[in-house]
Amino acid sequence: MTIAPVCFTPILQHETVQMAHGAGGRLSQSLMQRVFMPHIHNPFLDLLDDQAKLDLPSGRTAFTTDTYVVSPVFFPGGNIGELAVNGTVNDLAVGGAKPLYLSAGFVLEEGFLLAELETIVKSMAEAACRAGVMIVTGDTKVVGKGQCDRIFINTSGIGIIREGVNLSCRNLKVGDSIILSGTVGDHGMAIMTSREGLSFQSRITSDCAALNGMIGSILDEVPLAIHAMRDPTRGGVAATLNELAVSSSVGIEINETTILVKPDVRGACELLGIDPLHVANEGKLVMAVAADKVQTVLDVMRTFDLGRDAVIIGSVVDDHPGMVVMRTVYGSRRIIDLPLGEQLPRIC
Amino acid sequence: MKFIDEYRDPQLARKFLDEIRRTTTRHWTIMEICGGQTHSIIRNGIDQLLPESIELVHGPGCPVCVTPLESIERALAIASRKEVIFTSFGDMLRVPGNSKDLFMVRSEGGDVRILFSPLDALQIARDNPTKEVVFFAVGFETTAPANAMAVWQAAREGIKNFSVLVSQVMVPPAMRAILLSPGNRVQGFLAAGHVCAVMGYEEYEPVAHEFNVPVVPTGFEPVDLLAGILRTVELLEEGRAEVVNCYGRVVSREGNLAAKQTISKVFEVTDRQWRGIGLIPLSGLGLRAEYAHFDAEKKFDLTHIRAAESLLCMSGSVLQGILKPDACPAFSRECTPEHPLGATMVSSEGACAAYYNYHRNFDVS
Repeated sequence: MTIAPVCFTPILQHETVQMAHGAGGRLSQSLMQRVFMPHIHNPFLDLLDDQAKLDLPSGRTAFTTDTYVVSPVFFPGGNIGELAVNGTVNDLAVGGAKPLYLSAGFVLEEGFLLAELETIVKSMAEAACRAGVMIVTGDTKVVGKGQCDRIFINTSGIGIIREGVNLSCRNLKVGDSIILSGTVGDHGMAIMTSREGLSFQSRITSDCAALNGMIGSILDEVPLAIHAMRDPTRGGVAATLNELAVSSSVGIEINETTILVKPDVRGACELLGIDPLHVANEGKLVMAVAADKVQTVLDVMRTFDLGRDAVIIGSVVDDHPGMVVMRTVYGSRRIIDLPLGEQLPRIC
Repeated sequence: MKFIDEYRDPQLARKFLDEIRRTTTRHWTIMEICGGQTHSIIRNGIDQLLPESIELVHGPGCPVCVTPLESIERALAIASRKEVIFTSFGDMLRVPGNSKDLFMVRSEGGDVRILFSPLDALQIARDNPTKEVVFFAVGFETTAPANAMAVWQAAREGIKNFSVLVSQVMVPPAMRAILLSPGNRVQGFLAAGHVCAVMGYEEYEPVAHEFNVPVVPTGFEPVDLLAGILRTVELLEEGRAEVVNCYGRVVSREGNLAAKQTISKVFEVTDRQWRGIGLIPLSGLGLRAEYAHFDAEKKFDLTHIRAAESLLCMSGSVLQGILKPDACPAFSRECTPEHPLGATMVSSEGACAAYYNYHRNFDVS
């Protein structure tokens, strides 16, 4: 009997992330070629240098970073990659900057499906394209099984601040109107209701979106009338309003009847005993606007899908500095506080 | 949203408020039993809208608030063990023991998980046969049926790696303790709607007659609460110490018979410590002897764990309606949600937390 000679070669076509994918060798190269480069390419990244060399337009530069560890990685209305692009774009845009370039750093857990990674990378490329930004540099590390939860992504971003625009959470003026761009709580409840352990199903989808297009149009129209802008992410609209009130040492009064919550989001919040004002959003905008320009701002916002439901929710007052107070539908008043930490479902 | 919007209708609320104003001829002190009701009253500012002669005092019906410190310490000790998966309703995780809470145990490597149902703990036990899965069975009569069902199922399936740390309490004995207290000011009760959904309201009839107080099972939405307050005021004004159901869409006189049967199959009435109040005889539930092997207190040696309350905390008086949260000298000073002295400042249903979150240092008028 003859035995056929067997040639032992390393396996290069894996279905899942291996430690070797992060070791800088041939598998790292294959990961780049197979998963990243087909989707993300531009003159800066294609050079495969250790850094992107950028010529920035004149003006003040805005620079931000954020790390995304959302679980589940795929959620109704988006995934961690889309979130990582839109979140950093929004952080630049609410500072009055035109977002230009992003970096993307990936921490991958050994065993993570490469097909899922590719889906995430693809949606990052699409989100960057929609937002008009380029991912110009990146990095990938692999950690052992159990050392991270599937995938973590860090994105940093650079943008150029428009001339004459000065947005800061310290800029609120008594008499300003507070505008909210739409419904609250969509992203946080989409995440919470898609986690394991909840026995009800919902149709809630994340509002994850880049706001820079709408913000650009608002600032084109009334660059000086906008005093502050924030995207109310973690801690929800309540946390954002509190940060604005504290930073500017002013009071904010809001009206309960003006706060929009989608029926499904409201239902889930009711079941879990959570205040929608404390729930994260990923495609919403809170602004303090000079009262005489507020209608112009609303008119601009309502030409965008993201601002269709924009509404004045309250105003800046000189009473109770540092505090946000809501007039309830019954005519009573209550403090809108910062949430303490993680939102905890009640016992009964 | 059906079953919510109609009970939050501002116009209907105004009608009830007008009727309460018309009906009230003197000062009345009414206690809402349940922390969920307290939360709704303060959150919606119902206390601001009532005539001054109607005083609402806040009752002991917050399961997180009345779970004794000793049980918290025992939970922390069990959750710290390597072989244990400790499971709990979410809002127990932030309740501090003497030096830490369950979140801190988790950060130190303890496997602590938030569940929405004790039956999920059973599934975790089935999936992890080499681990001991413990569920923190706290609460009033509302949580008792599901907790009992989990134990009953575990027994039926012969699941050996599951146990419950029980701190289960009941409303009527607490009402009696409040009414017997020398400082009592309560003249009428809004009974807790969800507790009554399980137990019915029959068991309040002896309390009403014995202590000459009206008891009105009441829901949680603003219109529910105002309807309950109006009915209580009417009964007080007419001098009628009766039980009148104002939560008819959920509560019947006899309650949920299947749930009650499940409770009594697994649990028996026992003495219980109440945080801030102390021992109330025959005020709680413990596992029956035939289910004793599901008792985490017996499975793990916890008898050496003792705990003492903060001397500054006056939550006992708050829970009995003797002291308003903002009248406590430590309120918003030594005691805040970040640094709570007692559980009434921790739970979202705790009266002190409700005052802090919605009213503190702020003239709401």
